[in-house]
Amino acid sequence: MDRSSSTASVFSHALRASVPVFLGYIAIGIGFGLLAVNAGYPAWFAVLMSVVMYAGAAQYIAIGLFAAGASLGEMALVTLIVNLRHAAYGLSLIGPFKLVPRLRPYLIFSLTDETYALLSSVGDKEKSNGRWMFLVSLLDQSYWVLGTLIGAVAGSFIPFRLEGLDFALTALFIVLTIEQVLRIRDPKPFIVSVLATIAASLLLGARNSIVAAMVASVLVVALLEPGAFKKPEPKDTPL
Amino acid sequence: MTNLQDAVVAVFIMAAVILASRALPFLLFSRRKAPAALSFVERYMPPVAMTVLAASSFASVRWVEFPYGGPEVLAGIAVALVHLWKRNALISIFGGTALYLFLRFLLKI
Repeated sequence: MDRSSSTASVFSHALRASVPVFLGYIAIGIGFGLLAVNAGYPAWFAVLMSVVMYAGAAQYIAIGLFAAGASLGEMALVTLIVNLRHAAYGLSLIGPFKLVPRLRPYLIFSLTDETYALLSSVGDKEKSNGRWMFLVSLLDQSYWVLGTLIGAVAGSFIPFRLEGLDFALTALFIVLTIEQVLRIRDPKPFIVSVLATIAASLLLGARNSIVAAMVASVLVVALLEPGAFKKPEPKDTPL
Repeated sequence: MTNLQDAVVAVFIMAAVILASRALPFLLFSRRKAPAALSFVERYMPPVAMTVLAASSFASVRWVEFPYGGPEVLAGIAVALVHLWKRNALISIFGGTALYLFLRFLLKI
């Protein structure tokens, strides 16, 4: 795929890449819409949250905080803790996003776990194609908003259970982990990350453990790597 | 329960916090290069993030109740094996999710 490729082919490429996120976001989005409406909020409010916040775990937790009548300060703090991992995601995308200044604000705004997973797993060709990155990001959010809308408006009428569909996101992360294993060919970061996740989820509970596990893993991997804190070889710095 | 008006205000505040956390590295390092000490974060974040996100998907499984995480583990292994075999993300993800749904259906959960 190059820059001259037609909009239609870029679109179909982006659509294909985002299909796993479609399954997961529709399923979890419906769950979120249903939760928000059941908590006593109107459908438009659920959709508003998915449009302006666009963060899965943080939105679910926010409904819980609303129900508990938490203060604004508490809500801001919990949101910060839950989303702090996103601050680390951007580090590997500064270069690629710089190439598309006009699309960059949206690319940054919409950088969820799943979109980051898709954008950081592709080769340099796609990363240099701003329209592809933008379409993947936009499609992902449209699935999330669509799922929210369906759940908020019609969630209680859906006759079958959708819960298992969110396994598509687990499968997506497994696939992308394998791709990273095949790319890096060094077992350390993977073993450390799995152990850190198990430890963090036992200590902190399933929900709040992700950022702790990521921070701990990166630090431990860096400590195991003799030259990690020095400047990397030129070939290691993309863009 | 937070009333609707306050909740709308809260949503915009939380949205600002989320946007700030996503924008932080871009605000800090757009003009100047990220310090060398951070380059290991840049290098190791994709593998670490993917592995933690994959592993933490299993954190909410109820391992001590029937069916003891069976569907999740079997479907997870299937995704990994199919992906190593075919290297086709869509086949791995669709196949694994279909197997997961089927196992849940079989076990009536």
